[in-house]
Amino acid sequence: MSETVLLVHGSGGRLSHELIEKVLVPTIANPLLEKMDDSAVFPVEGKLAFTTDSYVVNPLFFPGGDIGRLAICGTVNDLSMTGARPLYLSLSLIIEEGLPMAELEQVMKSVRETAEEAGVAIATGDTKVVNKGSADKLFICTSGVGLVPDGIDISGSNARPGDKVIVSGPVGNHGIAVMSSREGLQFSTPIVSDCAPLNAMVSRMLEVSPHIHCLRDPTRGGLATTLNELARQSNVGIVINEDAIPVEEGVRGACEMLGFDPLYVANEGKLIAIVSPDESETIVNAIKKENYGRHAAVIGEVTGDHKSRVAMKTSIGATRIVDMLTGELLPRIC
Amino acid sequence: MAMKYIDEYRDTDLSKKLLDKIERISRRPVSLMEFCGGHTVAIMRSGIRQVLPDTIRMLSGPGCPVCATANRDIDHAIALAEIPGAILTTFGDMMKVPGSYSSLQVARAEGRDIRIVYSVLDALQIARDNPKRPVIFVGIGFETTAPTIAAGVLKAMEEKLSNFSVLCLLKKTPPVMQVILDMGEIRLDGIICPGHVSSIIGTRPYDYLASNYGIACAVSGFETVDILYAILLLVGQIESGKPQVDIAYRRSVTREGNRRALELMDQTFDTCSAGWRGIGTISESGMALAHDYGQFDAGKIFSVSMKPPKEPAGCICGEILRGIKTPIDCRLFRKVCIPENPVGPCMVSSEGACAAYYSYGAINE
Repeated sequence: MSETVLLVHGSGGRLSHELIEKVLVPTIANPLLEKMDDSAVFPVEGKLAFTTDSYVVNPLFFPGGDIGRLAICGTVNDLSMTGARPLYLSLSLIIEEGLPMAELEQVMKSVRETAEEAGVAIATGDTKVVNKGSADKLFICTSGVGLVPDGIDISGSNARPGDKVIVSGPVGNHGIAVMSSREGLQFSTPIVSDCAPLNAMVSRMLEVSPHIHCLRDPTRGGLATTLNELARQSNVGIVINEDAIPVEEGVRGACEMLGFDPLYVANEGKLIAIVSPDESETIVNAIKKENYGRHAAVIGEVTGDHKSRVAMKTSIGATRIVDMLTGELLPRIC
Repeated sequence: MAMKYIDEYRDTDLSKKLLDKIERISRRPVSLMEFCGGHTVAIMRSGIRQVLPDTIRMLSGPGCPVCATANRDIDHAIALAEIPGAILTTFGDMMKVPGSYSSLQVARAEGRDIRIVYSVLDALQIARDNPKRPVIFVGIGFETTAPTIAAGVLKAMEEKLSNFSVLCLLKKTPPVMQVILDMGEIRLDGIICPGHVSSIIGTRPYDYLASNYGIACAVSGFETVDILYAILLLVGQIESGKPQVDIAYRRSVTREGNRRALELMDQTFDTCSAGWRGIGTISESGMALAHDYGQFDAGKIFSVSMKPPKEPAGCICGEILRGIKTPIDCRLFRKVCIPENPVGPCMVSSEGACAAYYSYGAINE
């Protein structure tokens, strides 16, 4: 095997087979994949959830994760946010020629470990190699299917006035971890991405309450943007309490330095749940039992006022707008 | 890096104590201007404006360098980007600011080579990497940014980087304060003086505001506690009838300022007049590259032709910068003028008053 991925590795010929058989399939082996048919064939019974996402993170490796872990978590989490139990994922790789083989192997190892952790199988896959400059090192696309248990009706349009808003832990870690490794920033306490599969957390939540109204993972655009989406989709207002929102000290400090607001910084292992008030405590306690949810908290509630908009009660008692992210995050200049 | 330093300046109990104290001592109605865009953002984000007693009115000032840049100067930057082979480098906030006819963002989409940099040092690197192409840096900012640009010019001199130049649009803050007071459009009792700028220039330049104009002055940092403390000091000065210059930001600001930075600026720049949006030309309020550094002055090296500048119809950014109106008074605000489609610069800059009111305003406004 060569030390870098070459264009011929994507030719469909002998070297393609070698790459697939030696590097890709063995790491993520399972009976469906090993059949090497053009499609994976499996029986299903019940309501299916189906989702897809592409991953183009730069750099490929960042504190707390890499593009492989991200590609599995992202799709597992999108399925989980409808209450579905993730079953099978597809995995497509678009590789820029010249990618060190060791890096590809490391990504695949991470794909395997994360899929194992989440209890999903990679049922089908594809590999393309493109000319230098036509992609940036490695892009991954994953799609996934999952089963939605009977009686579950989770949607962004289900929030009702009086409901409580829960976040499963501190926000802003992923964006700052990627940003700081991209810009070569060093912090005394390293900021680590929260990238994690949330399906176990959701299963536990559904065990204690099958009536959760909304679930969503606040990825790009952060907590603030996701809350705005939910407020619009459900045509309700949302009020959050500044003092209740968990943010790690290191993330807060880094945001301060870079001119960002942690409410707008991406997460990859957090969820927002909107639940009826009488169930909120039970659900928070269930989340707290999970590894990735120890710092879960109720951060606010749904209101019939200021429909489609999000407000925040600030520490000193004012109530101000929390808008969607507009444009890209830009550094301050003075 | 230890980051513990922030929370104490956002301490809720301390903030509430300061608020109580302000409420207790504030008797007569006062108008206070927060000079800096950074202060406006902090005030809106924490909601200070909403919780102050009714006696205190806060007005936003012209202290956002992006906002205060005149259309003519933005047009000039765009014209420079059109020079064949040129690479124009700029801070990110400038990209979307509408000039008279276009913006840097549109010019880039039309094929001009315009690059966002984080500091003048990035622009120097681009100049080193592209020795055959003119690399022009759009130098906007106040006294906070000026020393870094001065250092960049000195470095270019040392390395004989003949393809590097600066469109120098730097501005000084004290003169504009005096002009706003002289215009007499607003009655001001006190000014929250710039935080970062003052860490460079010290506080002596504000002395005349207290002594000649009877204006209370307090230099503030950018956290809730800093600003509330500055307001408390201002109200105290006004109530006792003893205007002076207080520092509520002692962890950064001294009376003397940063001597090294001031010397560097003195060496590199000459004082000149500068155009301010909504205010006009103010003498001795700008910084131009000194004669010895003329070879790096993009305004002198390149002659470009520009159409006469014009202002967008209905936009009141100029009046907002003078403190006589707030974004809420603008009929374009939130309707036509939004961050995705800004009509004026105050909606573009992350420190612009309109952007701050848009993103962090009271929910019922």
